[in-house]
Order: sequence, then C-alpha cells, then structure tokens
Amino acid sequence: MDIRAQVSMVFHLDKCIGCHTCSIACKNIWTDRKGTEYMYWNNVETKPGTGYPTRWEDQNHYKGGWVVDGKREKRLRLRLQGKWGTLGNIFYNPNLPQLDDYFEPWTYDYQNLFTAPLTEKQPTARAISMVTGKYMDTIEAGPNWDDDLGGSQVYANNDPNFDGASEEEMRQINEINSTVFFYLPRICNHCLNPGCVAACPQGALYKRGEDGVVLVSQERCRAWRMCVSGCPYKKTYFNWSTGKAEKCILCYPRLESGQPPACFHSCVGRIRYIGLVLYDADLIEETAKAPQDQLVMAQRNIIKDPFDPAVIASARANGVPDSKIDAAQKSPVYQFVKKFGIALPLHPEFRTLPMLFYVPPLGPVLAKVENGVYDNVASEARLGPLMSSLDRSRIPLRYMASLLSGGNEEIIRDVYRKMVAVRVYMRSKKVKDIPAEEVERALQLGKTTPAEVEAIWRLTSMPTFEERFVVPPMERETAVDSLFPVLDPVSRNYPIRKGAVGVGFHTDPARGP
Amino acid sequence: MSDTVLYAVFPYLAILVAVGGGVYRYRANRFSYSTLSSQLLENRRLFWGSVPWHYGIVVVLLAHLVGFLIPGLWANLTSNPGTLYTVELIGFTFGLAALVGLCVLIFRRFTTERILSVTSPMDGVLLLALLVQVALGFYVSLAYRWGADWYVDTAVPWLISLVSLNPQTHFVSSLPLPVRLHMLNGFVVIALFPFSRLVHLIMFPFWYLWRPYQLQIRNTVRPAAGGAGH
Ligand code: SF4
Ligand code: SF4
Repeated sequence: MDIRAQVSMVFHLDKCIGCHTCSIACKNIWTDRKGTEYMYWNNVETKPGTGYPTRWEDQNHYKGGWVVDGKREKRLRLRLQGKWGTLGNIFYNPNLPQLDDYFEPWTYDYQNLFTAPLTEKQPTARAISMVTGKYMDTIEAGPNWDDDLGGSQVYANNDPNFDGASEEEMRQINEINSTVFFYLPRICNHCLNPGCVAACPQGALYKRGEDGVVLVSQERCRAWRMCVSGCPYKKTYFNWSTGKAEKCILCYPRLESGQPPACFHSCVGRIRYIGLVLYDADLIEETAKAPQDQLVMAQRNIIKDPFDPAVIASARANGVPDSKIDAAQKSPVYQFVKKFGIALPLHPEFRTLPMLFYVPPLGPVLAKVENGVYDNVASEARLGPLMSSLDRSRIPLRYMASLLSGGNEEIIRDVYRKMVAVRVYMRSKKVKDIPAEEVERALQLGKTTPAEVEAIWRLTSMPTFEERFVVPPMERETAVDSLFPVLDPVSRNYPIRKGAVGVGFHTDPARGP
Repeated sequence: MSDTVLYAVFPYLAILVAVGGGVYRYRANRFSYSTLSSQLLENRRLFWGSVPWHYGIVVVLLAHLVGFLIPGLWANLTSNPGTLYTVELIGFTFGLAALVGLCVLIFRRFTTERILSVTSPMDGVLLLALLVQVALGFYVSLAYRWGADWYVDTAVPWLISLVSLNPQTHFVSSLPLPVRLHMLNGFVVIALFPFSRLVHLIMFPFWYLWRPYQLQIRNTVRPAAGGAGH
C-alpha cells in the first residue's frame, strides 16, 4: 500500500445550466495572454456535439491516452507511439491538432466604428485575427460554435460517441436532438496515470506529489508538443507565442491558500465539488489495465477509505499531513464516487484514470406531454413504466455509457435508478403524493436506503460552500524547510523545483542596485 | 596575420560566445530555451521542410563529428574506394535532403501569414546563415570531390590543433575559397547559437528512453519513513 493524496472533483451535470461563467472566470485569470487566446482550460460543450477541439473524443484520429495489448502479458502503452517513436517524431509530430481544430481567435476593429467617414451605410467592426493581425472575412469556427447544438444537427450527428450507431438509432437520436441536450463542462482531469506526463520526452510535465495536480514546468518545456497529443482529453495546449505547453493548473495558488479554483468558485449552477481522496499508488498500473467494462469499478477501488487505520498509517508514512487526511474524510468527492457511487469518470477507456467525476444528467425523464396532457409523476401507476422507461430515456443509456462508463450500460442504469429513487423518495416526502409501496420499490431498484437518499439529496441540492469545497491550505511552511538541504540525506536527492512550477517563473530575488 | 585572425582567433571567439552565452542564457532565462515550434499554426509544409532538414542535417553533422573524433578510423574507411563511394553517396543524399528541407522551411516561414506573425529578425539571420552553410557545403562536396577523404587531412588536423590550444592555420589557409568560407561560416553559426532558437539543439531528450513514464515532484521532502515512489 502506497497511499497518496489527490485533489479530485465532481461535476453534477443535472445542475449545469450552460452559462459558461466558469470558462470566463478561467479565461480572465489565466488565458488572456498572447498565444493563449485560443485556449479554454475550462470549456463547456453541448452534448451530443463535437466538442472542443472538434471531435476530441475520436482517438483513432488524435491518438491520445493508453491502450492495453500484448499477447502473453498485458502491456499498457501510449496509443500515440513508443519512446523511440517519440524521439523519431520529434521534428514533426504527426498527431498534433491544428489551430483550426480549435479555432482561430479574433477580435474586432472597434476603432472603425468611431473613425469611419460619414456615409450612407453604418460602419462595421470587422473581425481581426489575433494570430496574424489581418482581417478575417469569414469566421468558420469559434469557442462553443456548436453551443446548444448551434441551431443544427450537424454537430450532434458528428459526435464520436455515435460512431457505429445504426440508422434507426440515428433517427431516434435526431428525434431526441430536437428536444434534449445537456452540457459537459470540462477541465483537466488531473489524472492518476496522465498521458500528457508520459508523452513528454523532456519530463517537463509532472504530478505534484502533495496533491496530484498535474503541471507543466515552463522552464523545462522545450516545445516538443507531445503532451498535446498524449492527452486524450486535449487539455494540454500549446502556446504558439512563447513556445511552451500550458494547461489547467487547478488554480493552485488559490488551492494552496484553501480556496477552490476560480471555475468552481464562480459556478452559477453550483454543480462543482472539490475535495481530496486518498488512493493507493501501487494499484495504478493494475487499475489502468482493467478490462474496459470494469474500469469504473477498478477506479472506485483505487480510492481508499480515509477512515481505515491502515490507509491513514500509510498516508502518514508518505508525508500526508493530518490536515489532508481530515479533509479526505470530509471530502464530497469521496461521498459521490465511493459511497453513493453515482459519479463516474469521463471516458475511462482512455485509461489515464481521470480524477474528475461526473454525475450523469437524469434529464426530465419523468414527465412528458401526451394528448395535450402534461403527464407528471402524480398520475397513477407511473413509477413502473417510468422506471423501465430508462431504456427509452431521452438521453440514450448507450450514449451515456459511451461517455461515462467505457460502454458498460449496467453501471449507468444503476446510477440512474439510484437518482430516480432520490427523486421519488424526496417527492414522497415533500409533496406526499406517491404511495409508500412505490417509494419502497424505487429504493429497492436503486439499491439504496432512505438515509443515503437524504444524504444524496442534501449534497446535491443544499450543500454549503464549505461542504462543496473541502481543500485544506497547503502547508507551504514545510516546503520552505526543504529548500535549503537540497540533498536530503535519507530520502536521497529528492528533486526540488520550487519556483519552476506551473505558469510563470521566478528569477532569484535580487536586492539593491 | 589575417589568417591568424580568421582561423585561430575567430573560432575561439565563436566558441566562447556560444558556451558563455549559452550558459548565461540557461541560467538567466531558462524559459527562453525552446524550439519555438510553429507546428500548431502550420502543419503541411512543415512536414516537407522539417523532416528532411532535421534528418539530413543530423546525419551530415554526425559524419563531420565522426571524422573529427576518430580520424584514424575514418581515414581507414575512406581509403577503400568502395566505402568512399558509399560514404560520399550517403553524404550527398542527406546533404541534399537538408538543403531541400531548409529551402522549404524558408519558403514556409516567409510566405505563410500565420508563421510570419511568429517570425523574429533572428530567425531570418539564422536561416540565412544556415542556408549559406548548407549550400556551401553542398557545393564543396560537388566541386571538390572526395571531401570525405581530404577532410581528414585538412580541416580535421586544424580542428584538433584548435582543441589542443595550439592553432595551426596552415592546414586550411590555402584551401579553395568556398571550403574556407564553409569553415568560417560554420563558426558564425556556432556563434549564433545562444542568440537564436538553435539552443534547442543541446536539449534533445535522450534520457526519455530510460525515464519511467510518470513523474512526480514534491515541494516538500517526504519524511524518512516514506514509502516507495516513482
Ligand atoms: S486530462 Fe489533464 S492530467 Fe489527464 S492526460 Fe489530459 S492534461 Fe494530463
Ligand atoms: S459555471 Fe457552472 S453551471 Fe455555468 S456552465 Fe460552468 S459548470 Fe455549468
């Protein structure tokens, strides 16, 4: 057992209203510099849809993440290429997304509105590329070009999660598209087995030992661009101006002082939760090699019970301070992922072991209009048909399984049944219009208890700021102690790179003239 | 006198600038050590430029290096006509690849709008110096045949005399002008090293082959009883 602390996240998709406040909070703080205009470390895409960069989920094209193969012994290898392949492709990365896969950033020639000579026609502010500084006549893509399906089904039909869907299914989907979609906010998952770190030949990317945040050392990066390809979520970006890779840093300066990242703090729907989990690093490889339909279970298993004395002892031995163990015990993420089991990793089949989990959107499956009558949960005998209707739910189970469980529909069904149980139970308590035996049946189907339902309900709809965000301040004072003896006599040569982390860099402080 | 300046003083100066400047830049502004790749902005032409250029120039440079480091073996090799032909043919092929690739890269850099917006004056200077260097080398290899052979008797002893701090200019001072220009411009390129993106040259990450895939770094030193880590 090798227990480490990992800062981990949950997004509750039923609550996301697609307002993009999170993206703007992030952009204004981190990516409004030259060369980063096209980056959205936090983006919110409409699903079904093609996403950002376009069709990022299609790993036949982008070659991100890991695959497991090998005849005699199962081997985990980067889908991109082997280590020799990396060095061989270093002069030209055959799998690098192009700027146009994201979009070409632009601004407007606002000045023209004031300085244009007086004519019959109104002056316009033409678009100017923020890369070339030239006018752009046609803008073909932008951030969230397919927001709310962009008024067309082109984007939804091209969603990689529909690859291999039959004609009949596509017909259904198109019908579905006319009525339902949901939002998928995405940031870097700060994976346990990150493809970006593994792909970087320079060793510029690393996982921070204290809390598992994945960072790019700006001083080590030499622009070999392999991390961009190695990340299956396309959450490492290349700054074309500075020639350095950049990615979500989980607002670590905020984290270290005990504040949630800006996108979490500003989230209007309050869909975001952040907390620590304790995981067993010895299990990383085994977990990443699990059969595809077992990946969710394996990933739940790598997260260990923060109350277990053996886990606590191993964590302490690894230098996890008590403040972190305490935080792990209060972690909302642990509740959602392990205890309730309703938060799932995004595309676990990429095998990077993402540490951002999603509660799938139930959507308004419980009501429909029939013969002009709004059929809500108050009508008789509704629970039976409604529960079985999960299979005909407006967001197909298969689609959600492709997104959140490596194709295992059983997991999605279990999660939904539990969520339905919460709805039915809470309604029976608040509105008191559901017979007791139906509530009982819902609880049984959902494999849950009234106590758990109440807990889920409370953490979903009524959590306080302190319950959603449980991040203890980083004990930076201990880092200062370790600055001076660079070579630790016992642990031997622990690489210390203070001042070489994340965005920005330091030069030695100088004094006087 | 001018021979001394050109073939004894200037090379030392160039190397001093390269090493001193490189070290200074590494210490003072490590952030700037980057290949400054522009692949994100333009992909297709880069392939036809960067791949032949890099593979070509790497092989040609290695050949120069081997001749300089183990001249005995090299001379042995090239004394056999068969191997000499092969060596010259390989050199010609890769030299041509480098030249063509470089031309594509120059064309790309100055005709693609997006690439122009990330082009600095130093890029122009560097590309010009490299073009002169590769073109001269290519011309020399064609006009003065069997360079692989006479290289070990002229430039190599001169380089060795430079390394042993006892510069002997007579090895090279009477060589044909294009050859001498090739040698001098080579040192110009070396002198440009710390001022341009050439710095990426010494950064080639071989150690990736030995490194474990994952990398974990802590700000704090973990306690003595710490478990196993990466
Ligand atoms: S999601 Fe983040 S940690 Fe995971 S591979 Fe991508 S950039 Fe790396
Ligand atoms: S701020 Fe919250 S609710 Fe709004 S889009 Fe972002 S994640 Fe969704």
